[in-house]
Amino acid sequence: MEQLFNISVITDNFTYFMIGRFPHGPLGGVGLTLYLAVASCILSFIGGLILGLLSVSRFPAVRYPALAFINLVRGMPLLMVIFWMYFLLPALFGKIPENNTVILALSLFTSAYMSRIIVAGIDGIPKGQTEAATSTGLKSWQVMYYIILPQALRNMIPSFVNQFVSLIKDTSLAFIVGVSELTHVATQINNRTMAFPTEIFAFIAIIYFILCFAFTTLSRWLEQRLSWSKAI
Amino acid sequence: MIIFKGVHKWFKALHVLNDINLHVTPGEVLVVCGPSGSGKSTLIRTINQLEPINEGSLIVDGMDLSDKKTDINKLRAEVGFVFQQFNLYPHLSVINNITLAPIKIRNTPKKEAEEQAMVLLTRVGLAEKRDAYPLQLSGGQQQRVAIARGLAMKPRIMLFDEPTSALDPEMIGEVLEVMKDLARSGMTMVVVTHEMGFAREVAHRVVFMDYGVILEEAPPEDFFLRPRHERAQQFLRQLLTPMQGH
Repeated sequence: MEQLFNISVITDNFTYFMIGRFPHGPLGGVGLTLYLAVASCILSFIGGLILGLLSVSRFPAVRYPALAFINLVRGMPLLMVIFWMYFLLPALFGKIPENNTVILALSLFTSAYMSRIIVAGIDGIPKGQTEAATSTGLKSWQVMYYIILPQALRNMIPSFVNQFVSLIKDTSLAFIVGVSELTHVATQINNRTMAFPTEIFAFIAIIYFILCFAFTTLSRWLEQRLSWSKAI
Repeated sequence: MIIFKGVHKWFKALHVLNDINLHVTPGEVLVVCGPSGSGKSTLIRTINQLEPINEGSLIVDGMDLSDKKTDINKLRAEVGFVFQQFNLYPHLSVINNITLAPIKIRNTPKKEAEEQAMVLLTRVGLAEKRDAYPLQLSGGQQQRVAIARGLAMKPRIMLFDEPTSALDPEMIGEVLEVMKDLARSGMTMVVVTHEMGFAREVAHRVVFMDYGVILEEAPPEDFFLRPRHERAQQFLRQLLTPMQGH
């Protein structure tokens, strides 16, 4: 009788699940998933901050293009953005590694959402803070940099976490352009072994869960560490 | 020091400042009072251009606020402002609240800025709170830190917008003491307040406003004993009635 849950397909391919053919070949599996997520996370944070600040600029010539871009990206499915980058970038700039096109797509897509979180965070800081800081003679960029952003960013941590958890899961879409992250590795192993889809996909579901849960926990710790209001 | 000439300001259709003419001399302590919505807060906020004026001329410490070439940040550095809600920066410790502007704007070395901040903190009686965070302090303590923060830029003018209105009664005294001390040191001050005891004790002049108009301008003894305008009489009666119950 066939075993109900055959764990050997996981244990036999464990290294492949975790890091692909690394170090003899390119990084893959969980390692690549993490790489894609962390790189996109950093880039989309920077991108979101820039887009967010541009979209609340006093100058319409800066504000409107930023808002147009944000709305355009938010009106597209992520998969579309991934295809766009995958086909468009090499056409424009020659050969670009698939990993990078995916990172760029994820970053662009996530920055659009991040920018809205950042704007909401800035709006959430009481007007008195800006007034107090400007009344001491600080220039508007100094008010933003020293007074508003440090407070706003802390308040935004929970929303950031939501966005980054989505990002970790969204890296799975990279499999469609042949980037060998966790989902892609899983389909490869599934195609090769044929008989264990339940085991394989249950396993990667658990992996995704662990990654996301670890990130949420880390952020909760960070939030408490950065808290000044609970210092009482 | 501060000269208003025919100043007008509108919030959309609302005429909040109507032909304001006022002259504050160096070292003078001016108290502005009036019912809520009278335009007194707007008046004081125009002095460092937290509210820009629409018409007329306003000259503060020799700088013309209606002139677009005037460097507003430079003016603001010369004018300290204390808010009703304190508006301390909650993410910075007391000492950093005070030293931020001198370090970033005047390029004062950190050590020197901290020494000066400690002098100010001692003056407002909070030297031991240098490393506390604003939300760990009582309202009265926060407001005293806010005054120290305003003084850290060595301003030539200090503005106070209802500095005691958000405080519990038992904390009003400590803040007023600091302000009286400052007034006696010769600082030019414009104070929006309902604290008539403060006005009587240290103000050189009291201005009464209603509906965006300056209705009365007099030395405190005249204003309190012989208010000429009917609305000023009414205002004073309302302020003083609850006290007579004691």
